[in-house]
Amino acid sequence: MNDSFLLDGEEIPFTPGQTVMQAAASAGKYIPHLCWHPDFAAHGSCKLCTVKIGGRFATACTVRASAGQEVENRTEELDAKRRTLLQLLFVEGNHFCPSCEKSGDCALQATAYEMGMLTPHFDHFYPDRPVDASHPDVLLEFNRCIMCELCVRASREVDGKDVFALAGRGTKSHLIVNSETGRLADTDFASTDRAAEVCPVGVILKKRVGFAVPIGARTYDLNPISAVGTKREPQAAPLANDAHEKEAG
Amino acid sequence: MATPELERILARHRRDPLQLLQILIEAQAHAGWLPPATLSAIAEALGVPRARVESTASFYSFLHTRPAGEFRILFSDNITDRMLGNQALMKALCDKLWLEPGKVSEDGLVSVDTTSCTGMCDQGPAVLANGRTITRVTPERIDEIAHLIRRRVPVGDWPPERFHVEDNIRRRDVLLDHGLAPGAALAAALDRGATSILGEIERSALRGCGGAGFGSDIKWRSCRDAWGDAHYVICNADEGEPGTFKDRVLLASYFDMVVDGMCIAGMAIGANKGFIYLRGEYRYLLDRLETRLAQRREQGLLGRNILGRGFSFDIEIHLGAGAYICGEESALIESLEGKPGKPRIRPPFPVTNGYRGQPTTVNNVETLALAALIAVHGGEWFRAIGTPASTGTKLLSVSGDVERPGIYEFPFGVTVAEVLEAAGARDTQAVTSAGAAGHCLAADDFGRRIAFEDVATGGSIMVFDHSRDMFEVARNFLHFFAHESCGFCTPCRVGTAVNARLIDKLAADRGSPYDLDEMAKMHRLMQGASHCGLGNTATIALHDMLAKFRPAFERRLHSPEYEPAFDLDAALTQARRMTGRDDAGAHLGDNREALAEERSRPHGGTAAATVAPSPVTPAPTKDLQP
Amino acid sequence: MMAQENLNDTSSASAAATPRKLKVATVSLAGCFGCHMSFLDIDERILPLLELVEFDRSPITDIKHCGPCDIGLIEGGVCNAENVHVLREFRANCKVLIALGACAVNGGLPAQRNHLELADILQMVYRTGHGLAVGSAIPNDPELPLPLNQVHPVHEVVKIDYFLPGCPPSGDAIWAFLTQHIEGKDPALGHGLLHYD
Repeated sequence: MNDSFLLDGEEIPFTPGQTVMQAAASAGKYIPHLCWHPDFAAHGSCKLCTVKIGGRFATACTVRASAGQEVENRTEELDAKRRTLLQLLFVEGNHFCPSCEKSGDCALQATAYEMGMLTPHFDHFYPDRPVDASHPDVLLEFNRCIMCELCVRASREVDGKDVFALAGRGTKSHLIVNSETGRLADTDFASTDRAAEVCPVGVILKKRVGFAVPIGARTYDLNPISAVGTKREPQAAPLANDAHEKEAG
Repeated sequence: MATPELERILARHRRDPLQLLQILIEAQAHAGWLPPATLSAIAEALGVPRARVESTASFYSFLHTRPAGEFRILFSDNITDRMLGNQALMKALCDKLWLEPGKVSEDGLVSVDTTSCTGMCDQGPAVLANGRTITRVTPERIDEIAHLIRRRVPVGDWPPERFHVEDNIRRRDVLLDHGLAPGAALAAALDRGATSILGEIERSALRGCGGAGFGSDIKWRSCRDAWGDAHYVICNADEGEPGTFKDRVLLASYFDMVVDGMCIAGMAIGANKGFIYLRGEYRYLLDRLETRLAQRREQGLLGRNILGRGFSFDIEIHLGAGAYICGEESALIESLEGKPGKPRIRPPFPVTNGYRGQPTTVNNVETLALAALIAVHGGEWFRAIGTPASTGTKLLSVSGDVERPGIYEFPFGVTVAEVLEAAGARDTQAVTSAGAAGHCLAADDFGRRIAFEDVATGGSIMVFDHSRDMFEVARNFLHFFAHESCGFCTPCRVGTAVNARLIDKLAADRGSPYDLDEMAKMHRLMQGASHCGLGNTATIALHDMLAKFRPAFERRLHSPEYEPAFDLDAALTQARRMTGRDDAGAHLGDNREALAEERSRPHGGTAAATVAPSPVTPAPTKDLQP
Repeated sequence: MMAQENLNDTSSASAAATPRKLKVATVSLAGCFGCHMSFLDIDERILPLLELVEFDRSPITDIKHCGPCDIGLIEGGVCNAENVHVLREFRANCKVLIALGACAVNGGLPAQRNHLELADILQMVYRTGHGLAVGSAIPNDPELPLPLNQVHPVHEVVKIDYFLPGCPPSGDAIWAFLTQHIEGKDPALGHGLLHYD
């Protein structure tokens, strides 16, 4: 076949213009990622999708597939780097899984499971990032932000609202919303926005449905993220009534 | 609602969102900071989301979204400033003004802080007072500055001689001795024509002088050949590499060569518009440069129909606002478009998708000046200078432990030892080859040559004699990168911060060999996994220093075993204060002594004898768990 | 070397292959004892385990100080001076230290106070909070350990050799981890056993 490349020795077809990540996802092959999403342009910031092509490191979400390419993906060397990247993300924010309502549906957590991460390893930064509960339907829990800008892209490109942006520089980078008060309630954000669905971690949380699905029965409790891949998009929000019943039960 | 002053600024910039950074810089000049209402007014006037305005305003070190004082004093904090005593001077100023570094005085009058290298390493220690450069700061100057601030004398009314900046040119070669009249190179280029100029540049084998050394002819040709509505030339004058100040001198005293070079580049690639991205630290040059551009327009050397030859090209100067990352060409373009300076995904490269998405060539100041020289003398002439793989001359910014710090123009191929000799270096322990972001050379390397094929350099030569502690050099560099990482990609954003914490741990006498291994681990991760050159080069000097000056680091190791990064006894201070306790139980010693004591404790019975032979407990593989 | 099958075979709890039992100590620092409860969830597998190990200091034995041990299991993070002393005792005496559970691994729930000033917390809890008796004061009895400014995971205070996350890690996870470790393998937990929640 002409238009195909090798991913860990396996032939992957691609159409011209596709990135390595897109072609792999189309073929149902998992390349670890956090900031990439099939519906949005590549961002290339989390670096989880770092692969080796012809001996050189590259991000699978930005590099174009080309015929005959040999791409290393799930090697011990690359997974070790990914594990370190995950550890850096875990200590940079405040990621307390036992008290996070996204636990079990969180891509950061599931990717760390996939990489066999047993510890955050580094010293924790424990940053002070106050939550924003001002909006009637949605809570912003900035402690868990990994700066992937998926909400920024969704709000800008799909919702046409520009509710979110990253501010600051370096480790002072932080998510802001589009209002002078800095409160989500003072923006035109709605819980029906695409930006409300797209957060891979537990920053943008719909109120009153957090435990509609019990811990232990969630997406990545049932299957590893490598098996779920990109099939689960977007997460179907349970009806509010269902949620209340389940919470009561 | 915009104030009349803000209205004037907005009008001057045509309410163009791409001018956002310039608008913010000017809007801040009035109040000294950017209040939330100002950001809202700017967003409304430009028709862009407020969050985007705040995003830009909060990215740059010199923009303040909180009050920063009527007087804002920033001490340049490069290692060369430190070697000249900037820390004691800063402390003296803070003491005189009764304030803490990094905090605004209670009356809102003044703040004192540090900033990354301001490009005055040959005449440090340097300070920025409300953005204006003061060099060779002494204790007496500190007294004077404190006095002026307390009397609320506006910085514009401070004695003008305080703001004098020297060139300190120590060795001239073909560029610094060019002997050409303004516009002569441009005229020569117009005589040759665009195709011929591209040929001469190719024959010259000129390579980018910013450090990366990309072939200038390839860059110009790819840009020329790229389809677009317009083509742009950008002069990268964001000279942020610690220890570099050559572009400062070229702009101050060889500006016509730089402008000629830009016009020639414009002619070669088919552009009519150029930008100079001037780092905020060189704000003091702006008025002078604007004036000279205006004169050139009057002289027919810039603007419409240059020299009556039908070629039109004009130049706009944009200011940076304190962000090292903007030296990276795609980050520079983002900044030029009014955004935070975060590097783009490449490819596509600027030569095809640059400013406004159009074909753009970004060249270093020195590269453009050399292009002007080549336009006059031809590529063969240039190629005869230097080495076969590194043609022409290189401007070296030499600072640190030398008798004659300043600018040295040498043909490529000069040895490091020859440069040290010329600058009057004695008892040299180490030399940086490319500032904080490049290799660090030890005595064994001094016979090597400055050339792309040997010691590649952007020209930042910082010299350290044997009295210097290389650990402190490394520490200064690591903090520099942690401060300057743009925060876009995970490995650089968090990795630079982890490294800064690790080296502070060693500095606080809490290090162990474990911490050195951790720094090496960060080096392996950041090299290759980072999004741009900043992260990829941020640990190169550290890596070299760990190898070549190991004892400087090992001296700092407190214990062969793992040690906590924080002071356990100090971690009880708040509890002691709140309970009023100071008994023995209210204190903690360090791990090393506690573990030794615990191990020497006698154990009852035959406990020790009953312990099984060690089971196989595999040591965690490097880079794996934990 | 014991094979995995032997460990799992509760009927033939033969100790013939183990010349000497490994000494194991366990403790809960700033934890809730949930990890210890989960440890007991290995249920009847405790019998073959006891063929291989004996317990030194542990809530199970009520021994107050640990002697030289092969394995130390630490539940909970480090929130006060006493936690530091105990953790050091374990580090000095145990050949291998294992952080057991979310709190030991990253501070867990107690560490969620870390963005607050300890002084403010003490002030509110003991002096200005609602429902306090008149004259309430911050306890200052020398018998009481002083709290640290921040809660730390155990690896920020001493070197930790292995980590078993989870709130709590399940009995199955603890069993798998310990048996692999005792067999001399690098413990690895597959999907379903590795959890942070």
